Amino acid sequence: MEKENKTTGKVVGIVANLVMVEVDGPVAQNEICFISLGDEELMSEVIKVVGKIAYVQVFESTRGLKPGSKVEFRGHMLEVTLGPGILSRNYDGLQNDLDKMEGVFLKRGEYTDPLNREKKWEFKPIVKVGDEVQAGDWLGEVNENDQPHKIMVPFKMKGTYKIKEIVGEGEYTVDHKIAVVANGDGTETELTMVQKWPVKVAIRDFKEKPRPFKLLETGVRCMDTLNPITEGGTGFIPGPFGTGKTVLQHAISKQAEADIVIIAACGERANEVVEIFTEFPELEDPRTGKKLIERTIIIANTSNMPVAAREASVYTAMTIGEYYRAMGLKVLLMADSTSRWAQALREMSNRLEELPGPDAFPMDLSAVISNFYSRAGFVYLNNGKTGSITFIGTVSPAGGNLKEPVTESTRKAARCFYGLSQARADSKRYPAIDPIDSYSKYLEYPEVQENLTKNVGEFWLKDVNKTKDVLLRGKEVMEQINILGDDGVPIGFHETFWKAELIDFVILQQDAFDKIDASTPMKRQQYMLSKVLGVVDSSFSFNHFEDVSAFFKEVINEFKQMNYSEFESEKFKKHEKTLEELLKKQAN
Amino acid sequence: MESQAFQKVYTKLTNITKATVTLKADGVGYDEIATVAGKLAQVVKIAGEDITLQIFEGTEGIPTNAEVSFLGRPPQLTVGDELAGRFFNAFGDPIDGGPAIQGEVRDIGSPSVNPVRRKQPSNLIATGIAGIDLNNTLVSGQKIPFFADPDQPYNQVMALVALRAKADKIILGGMGLTNDDYLYFKNVFDNAGALDRIISFVNTTENPPVERLLVPDMALTAAEYFAVDKNESVLVLLTDMTLFADALSIVSNRMDQIPSKDSMPGSLYSDLARIYEKAVQFPEGGSITIIAVTTLSGGDITHAIPDNTGYITEGQLFLRRDTDIGKVIIDPFRSLSRLKQLVIGKQTREDHPQVMNTAIRLYADAANARTKLENGFDLTDYDERTLKFAKEYSDQILAIDVNVDTDTMLDITWELFGRHFKKAEVAIRENLVEKYWKN
Ligand SMILES: Nc1ncnc2c1ncn2[C@@H]1O[C@H](COP(=O)(O)OP(=O)(O)OP(=O)(O)O)[C@@H](O)[C@H]1O
Ligand SMILES: [Mg+2]
Repeated sequence: MEKENKTTGKVVGIVANLVMVEVDGPVAQNEICFISLGDEELMSEVIKVVGKIAYVQVFESTRGLKPGSKVEFRGHMLEVTLGPGILSRNYDGLQNDLDKMEGVFLKRGEYTDPLNREKKWEFKPIVKVGDEVQAGDWLGEVNENDQPHKIMVPFKMKGTYKIKEIVGEGEYTVDHKIAVVANGDGTETELTMVQKWPVKVAIRDFKEKPRPFKLLETGVRCMDTLNPITEGGTGFIPGPFGTGKTVLQHAISKQAEADIVIIAACGERANEVVEIFTEFPELEDPRTGKKLIERTIIIANTSNMPVAAREASVYTAMTIGEYYRAMGLKVLLMADSTSRWAQALREMSNRLEELPGPDAFPMDLSAVISNFYSRAGFVYLNNGKTGSITFIGTVSPAGGNLKEPVTESTRKAARCFYGLSQARADSKRYPAIDPIDSYSKYLEYPEVQENLTKNVGEFWLKDVNKTKDVLLRGKEVMEQINILGDDGVPIGFHETFWKAELIDFVILQQDAFDKIDASTPMKRQQYMLSKVLGVVDSSFSFNHFEDVSAFFKEVINEFKQMNYSEFESEKFKKHEKTLEELLKKQAN
Repeated sequence: MESQAFQKVYTKLTNITKATVTLKADGVGYDEIATVAGKLAQVVKIAGEDITLQIFEGTEGIPTNAEVSFLGRPPQLTVGDELAGRFFNAFGDPIDGGPAIQGEVRDIGSPSVNPVRRKQPSNLIATGIAGIDLNNTLVSGQKIPFFADPDQPYNQVMALVALRAKADKIILGGMGLTNDDYLYFKNVFDNAGALDRIISFVNTTENPPVERLLVPDMALTAAEYFAVDKNESVLVLLTDMTLFADALSIVSNRMDQIPSKDSMPGSLYSDLARIYEKAVQFPEGGSITIIAVTTLSGGDITHAIPDNTGYITEGQLFLRRDTDIGKVIIDPFRSLSRLKQLVIGKQTREDHPQVMNTAIRLYADAANARTKLENGFDLTDYDERTLKFAKEYSDQILAIDVNVDTDTMLDITWELFGRHFKKAEVAIRENLVEKYWKN
């Protein structure tokens, strides 16, 4: 798409951030252009072309823009800049470094460099002169916040190349020439540590994308235990407002076993982003002891930032994720909320006067969402190493109704469903993931089952299924009790109900704001589940149904105190002992 | 209205609808304002030479040869310390008979704050109302609406909160306010001796509805002046945002846009977010806190207006009449302050989070017991106790006429726990129970 002579044009129409441009030459769909407005340049993207008129969406406010304004087309699509120094940065949806912007308010037309061009990186070569390489192959490595940041053959370079030159170990800036490669007919290309890639195109320089098979530990019990997500897996969290989508995503991003965490705040609250960059520099990654911010990248297009850039923000985040995956790293990508992205699409589609689909969303919404989710995944790179992008998106269904187009389209694309229930949130049963409706398709994968059996425990899967059965039976029994009354059912019904409550209170409910309870390692999850199932499997003798609830409340209380205590600490053991005594007393 | 030297006057409208007019003109900028037959208008569409203008007052009586002049600027407000104590209409013109403001002229609807220049909100706003301070603690820099039915006393509660909040400035943005409510606010603020800290931008039911669209931006431009330039803590009251959204739908409907849910424009989320996201805590100490009102129809929160609002704001406060005690309470189930965890247990006593959650859980148990009762079932001893607890809790904590400090709220709640429950039923962290349990 690179062109010799740049196409130009002039503005002929404006409706909010949709601008019609009459052009004097060829333009491409999704090509980037800049509209002059005084001494400001407004970045825009072509989204439709009719004859000589290009319809462009402007990533900025169009206030004051006049017909006749000059437009210059750039000959490329929306791109991100990839190189060392992306970690711990706060970017906007177009990858502008927010910290480099001056002043309190965002200035229209201000674009900042995503990378630090002065900083020197300690480079170690991986290839030698004469080696054959192709796009995505590792040329060398620099240390970025203790992550082995690989410098790769740019993804845009198709075909095979021979290394002509490679610099030795040393300190270089990102723009320093680090290698020279030559293609089949001897044309040489100089390479630096920086490359660019269009965000809407997936980076596919890997050998193979198998089905995910390895558990990705999140420390969130009702995910890991009941409906686990995998390395390279996809999941989504739909829920009415205030049910805990963001808190859950933040918990996962703090605790999950990932090398790199990318958080795309897509059309949500600025204060939630502030929370991350206030807290993450303080919090430690328990596995590495390093500050969480060091492995984190924030892409912030908050709800008051330009709508068109919102759509770009999720693609920017995914592309950066693919870049780190190509280095053989485990990337976790979170987008909150994908509904805002869909709404951005809807706003544009309406302005374009396209034929609307359900709820006025564009007809191809489903395809757009599936296409995006399909960029996640576990891969074998060309050198045999592995990397992954695990993607979890939230969905904010209009009116809390899960039958709306964004939820339905996402359901087709994502493999894990963590549905948040209003009723659970109302009764403060957090995280409000509905244990019955939610699912993880990965639990049905034989390769995942094998992995869990090997790594967690021989009987783990059986226990998990049993837990789900007890929960389901508890729900059925509760409905019976509600119809027939407490004394209209056998005492056994109450016991069944309270056994489900026990699982709910001890395993499912988890206080995201308690230092200890917030994150539960797999080993502890397994210990607690088998302990709880031990109670579920026991039979007790009760004279009256009121004794059942009284007894189980005491049991739950001891279990909860255990959850609040350091694993296997004195206090933990003390409550465990009290619990054993309680159980013995009531045993049949 | 204002006039500019040498500006070109157009006199040929090609198209008139209920809310818009179209004419041929050149050199016009998007969002620019104009006057059409003396009425204020704003450019909403440019298609070649055809300029479409939205007329805020409506197009009644506008002839095809109306005089149109473009002002070459977006809507503006003159800001300065003199704003304090004054009353304005939606265009920022004084309506209190006082002089025009002298000061700096600023565009309204200015750009957003760079998120990295924000500070995490951390100053608790005490209101004395336990339904708020204990269960839904407010923090400066927060944005939160009251969700209320039209017959509930939301404006009264809002005025109460505003006066107790100790803000440097209170800015009232009234949209479709009845004249009575407008006078009510004026009176309450006057009686509290607070008039010199209040600035009001008011569109009453007597004014054309589309004018309302300017009110939040006017109020927030004034708020930014005091919060950014003067580092003051500013509380902005926006009532009623449902009427604001209705005005949005009138405009989009007349411009033939495809409506999405509940005949609202597809951009409703962004339109509302642009306003609410102006709430901010600045590192230099200034802050903008937004308390709004979103009236519901028949308590339906799935309607597009409250629904989109809920997705934007940092929680919501529900008012409900509790027939058991005959008072209006802050409903603990559906109310929520998302920022409370930034302050509770930190700036308040350590037991605050757990006490709050436990009390609400027990209150939920009481609701279940009530359902049982209504379905004609016998109640257990526990059920009976939860009902007793719920009534006292409602009266001593949730009712909006409660006015005590947070420690007292916590003590009252512990007392209710001790009176009605066993320690295991309460299931609070052991060390807290040991310290605070009251028999
Ligand atoms: N695991 C949890 N533990 C304790 N409290 C929680 C938990 N999850 C959610 N909450 C409470 O619920 C509130 C709302 O959660 P959150 O902001 O995550 O909702 P949301 O689903 O993202 O809402 P929205 O769609 O409006 O963004 C939080 O502020 C917190 O008070
Ligand atoms: Mg959220």
